[in-house]
Amino acid sequence: MITTSRTRVLRAEPTWLRRSLIGLALGLTLLFIVLPLAAVFIQAFDKGWQVWQAAVTEENARSAIMLSLMVTGISVPLNLFFGLTAAWTIARFQFKGRNLLLTLIDIPFGVSPVVSGLIFVLVFGAQGWFGAWLADRDVQIIFAVPGIVLATVFVTFPFVARELIPLMQSQGSDEEEAAIVLGATAWQMFRRVTLPNIKWGLLYGVVLCTARALGEFGAVSVVSGHIRGATNTIPLHVEILYNEYNYTAAFAVASLLSVVAVVTLALKKFLEWKTREDNG
Amino acid sequence: MTAGYSTRFTRRNSVAGSSKSTWFKRPGILPGFWPAFSYSVLYLTLIVLIPLSAVFLKAATAGWSKIWDTISSPRVVAAYKVTFGASFAAAVASVVIGFLIAWALTRYKFPGRAAMDALVDIPFALPTAVAGISLTSIYAPNGWLGRYLEPLGIKVAFTPLGITIALIFIGLPFVVRSVQPVLEDADHEIEEAASSLGASRWQVFRLVLLPAFRPALLTGFALAFARGLGEYGSVVFISGNLPMKTEIAPLLIIAKLEQYDYAGAAAIAVAMLLASFLMLFGINAIQGRSRRFMETKLS
Repeated sequence: MITTSRTRVLRAEPTWLRRSLIGLALGLTLLFIVLPLAAVFIQAFDKGWQVWQAAVTEENARSAIMLSLMVTGISVPLNLFFGLTAAWTIARFQFKGRNLLLTLIDIPFGVSPVVSGLIFVLVFGAQGWFGAWLADRDVQIIFAVPGIVLATVFVTFPFVARELIPLMQSQGSDEEEAAIVLGATAWQMFRRVTLPNIKWGLLYGVVLCTARALGEFGAVSVVSGHIRGATNTIPLHVEILYNEYNYTAAFAVASLLSVVAVVTLALKKFLEWKTREDNG
Repeated sequence: MTAGYSTRFTRRNSVAGSSKSTWFKRPGILPGFWPAFSYSVLYLTLIVLIPLSAVFLKAATAGWSKIWDTISSPRVVAAYKVTFGASFAAAVASVVIGFLIAWALTRYKFPGRAAMDALVDIPFALPTAVAGISLTSIYAPNGWLGRYLEPLGIKVAFTPLGITIALIFIGLPFVVRSVQPVLEDADHEIEEAASSLGASRWQVFRLVLLPAFRPALLTGFALAFARGLGEYGSVVFISGNLPMKTEIAPLLIIAKLEQYDYAGAAAIAVAMLLASFLMLFGINAIQGRSRRFMETKLS
């Protein structure tokens, strides 16, 4: 019944109008969304494979890639663990302040990346709350790697939690309760019941978190200090190259981040398909 | 399904739990409430609450007159105007374009539909700095599109129009993804009833469909607008950063920080935070209202 009513509605617009609307939608998608991505790859390989290779293997590029991987390697596991505990709390229990917790998890989405960096400068910077105390002990957080990690953690912590909460809520807790009633320990329940149920959603949250951690620019730019070979992540290296009018190299390094973006989108489609398959 | 689950759970808890403790109901038979709850709250406190409160405290310790002097100085006011103006224009454009894209994706079958649906998420995935340099290279006077627009007298890069284009790139997926589910769930029977009662296609669209999509369009608008207010990476390259003309508010925060004017930076940030929290609050209100509307309609 649904199919018949749908086909009737589909025929409701005259063919010429339908075709022009499709054409217009396609054109606007290409112009506003696809062109900027395509432009990265085309300009990255503008001067050939060798120039591209030189740009991404040059020493400062290599150290930027290493730093980005390290920062991501620290922040993603931290946020993965937080995502699991937050989702378990919010999706499995009712308590006062639950909505407040949910709102707090959304905060990074409403805060400018620049402000996300600023807050850590105000706490740990030279004139910040702990600035003098840290300076006495010779610990540097701002304009150093710890600051970059903190800013990245702040910007990326909602992703895993945000993926898991609706998923776990829609699944309900019947299977987990059954496991406990049948005598499973908490760890057994988590490993044998919870984890298999949420694995694709969890993986997708980790993918999003990783992509954002590698690509974060505004927040990291505020806390990094742009020290070449020391506190430059991949996006910051792109910025420096671009501002030096070294466009081909800037786009070559940017193409690495664009590959990450394309892989993220492909994984999204794959994981959506997997989730549908698992749910029957 | 969610609502059913939570009411069932509360009911059982109110029987099992102590009636005196209203703050925390006994967490049923599932393990791990306290460790998970405590860890989440501790993490949020360390990562979010303490640093975020630092901005407000820093601004407050500077005193109201200092805050006011900062945020009312001509350069900052100009930056707010540019930021709000471009975000607003971009959010409006995103609503129109995003609605059209969502409409085509949900209503029509055409080759490449699945690919187009996947591509809409590019701005979510592409790092903002990459989008920024790419858009600049496209719209610069010698760029792919810029070179054809320049003779027509249309300057895009290094003008507010360029900022708006960058923010449309950022805002579009928010609108498409807000509207798409509502379009998919739209009740075809109401449409058919309207047309069988003699309404033209345009009347059905304007009087039946559009009102039903309004909450989703508003949500998409608010999300795109709020995101635009704080956006930095995709804008900072194409804007050209001319003081009083194309400087955006987040850039001024960085400028203040570079002069070690922490209080000034905090003051600008507080104004921006309040604006975006107001937006998020508005979004929740819209969503709450449309949810209640749907629930009353269903029951």
